[in-house]
Amino acid sequence: MLNAVYRLVAPRRFEVEFSDIGLKAGQIIVRPSYLSICHADQRYYQGARPIEVMQQKLPMALIHEGLGEVVFDATGNFKSGDSVIMIPNMPKEKDSIIAENYLRSSKFCASSMDGFMQEHVALGIDRVVPLDSSIDKSVAAFTELVSVSVHALRRFDVIAHQRREAVGIWGDGNLGYITAVFFKAMFPDTRLYVFGVHQEKLSQFSFVEETFSVTDIPPDLLVDHAFECVGGEASQRAISQIIGHICPEGTVSLLGVSEYPVPINTRMVLEKGLRIFGSSRSGREDFLETVSLYHRHPEVVGYLSNIVGAQIEIRTIADMNRAFETDIHKSIGKTIMIWNK
Amino acid sequence: MVFGVILAGGDRQSIKKAKQYMLLGSKPVLVHTVEKFYIHERLEKILVLCPEKWLEDTQEMIEKYFPASQGRIVLVKSGETRNETIRNAALYIEGHFGLDEDTLLVTHDSVRPFVTYRIIEENIEYGLKHGVVDTVVPASDTIVYSEDGTEITSVPKRSIMYQGQTPQTFHAKKFLELYQKLSDEEKSLLTDACKIFVLNGERVYLAEGEIFNTKITYPYDLKVAESLMIP
Repeated sequence: MLNAVYRLVAPRRFEVEFSDIGLKAGQIIVRPSYLSICHADQRYYQGARPIEVMQQKLPMALIHEGLGEVVFDATGNFKSGDSVIMIPNMPKEKDSIIAENYLRSSKFCASSMDGFMQEHVALGIDRVVPLDSSIDKSVAAFTELVSVSVHALRRFDVIAHQRREAVGIWGDGNLGYITAVFFKAMFPDTRLYVFGVHQEKLSQFSFVEETFSVTDIPPDLLVDHAFECVGGEASQRAISQIIGHICPEGTVSLLGVSEYPVPINTRMVLEKGLRIFGSSRSGREDFLETVSLYHRHPEVVGYLSNIVGAQIEIRTIADMNRAFETDIHKSIGKTIMIWNK
Repeated sequence: MVFGVILAGGDRQSIKKAKQYMLLGSKPVLVHTVEKFYIHERLEKILVLCPEKWLEDTQEMIEKYFPASQGRIVLVKSGETRNETIRNAALYIEGHFGLDEDTLLVTHDSVRPFVTYRIIEENIEYGLKHGVVDTVVPASDTIVYSEDGTEITSVPKRSIMYQGQTPQTFHAKKFLELYQKLSDEEKSLLTDACKIFVLNGERVYLAEGEIFNTKITYPYDLKVAESLMIP
């Protein structure tokens, strides 16, 4: 079946090309319905990745956060019209120790293969997670991003020692907000502090114990563990502050993506005996746990709806450009494309 | 009930030269088109109408590419003209499933394999709501009207001009009723199904097509189509 794929061919330019999807057994055909724009998509859209990366990756369909409706399932597990969250990580092998999102052989939508900006997406049965109608679709659209936080929090629970009286999250953007929302749901007894730059963004963290401006942190403030959700050029400063304010043997969870190497004060890492671990992306288990958390803690869906930004219906390529341009000019929030291609 | 009706009546000397059987990528154009309808659950059956001499070959093709179709794709002999072919489809449905006021036909050219899910979906939706639907895109070229073919009679305003594509969607019963009223001469002049409805004062709604929902008519079209395929 000829399938329209809307690929980025150059910065700010989408064009349609066609793939041939087979209707073979074991595959589900999903029609994207709600797609959410991520910073990683924006870096390609604006041409902000290094030129050799752009040359290697393009043309490529963007978007790895999205919800869709099953249109055809030769496996008989889904009905036409069922809502499913699409998992963008595509493992090519099984490993009993290493998680699917860390296997070097895994492919990832909108990074090493076409993303979800397509008429249909053909997915294996284990690459979709059912979603019932009680969950707001605009929120469910960015479940992938949420599952990255949930993944990091699950690993934190395994890695960090048990003294968890106070934990800090550095970063007041979408990732910091989502990590904070789920931290409170998963670790309700821990005091949570959020450190950010923008007062209006920090004011959205109404459910945490305290927020601080990074220019005005009390010198004697200490946290047992910390999450870095900053990324980019500000990563260095955030990690440096974390190392300054963390207690000995604390755990530092890195989630922010940076294009460049970030210097770290290793002397203090050694002196305090810190554990630093990175997390990236997520796997099926994290998606399942995220959807389960939506049901077990319905308040998180309400908090997540606070960061739903512009919702733009997509019928033409001009609409796609409009969605990405709108997303550039937002201060916080997720731009959702209501996909009707 | 809603039926997909794929019009594959184009009759060349040999099956290999007929556009609907040419390969686009690894599959015949017709197979790509049928696949687009096959995944639509709202379509009860998909009728494929082809010349009698190719019924057997087409049947083999359907069995090869749709092994699990279990009778959902039905082959029917096409007619001499486009509207005769649609008539055959309507009569086949009448004979096998019965026709009622709500029996809707989503008719589509077999050589438009780029039709999208949305276009088919909106045809069904508007068809159920309004009765008759034509799929169009705004005209990109200026349309020139000439009565004698040598001089311009007028140049219509482009912003209200559209180019017709398919699907065209309408109720089978209404189509048969209007078509049977036509004289032989009118039948030979009216090559477009929607035109029959318009001339009878029926309202025909517009569904938004896609520029790429083109017909594969010439070898050039096939080359363009292939150049748009992701390797």
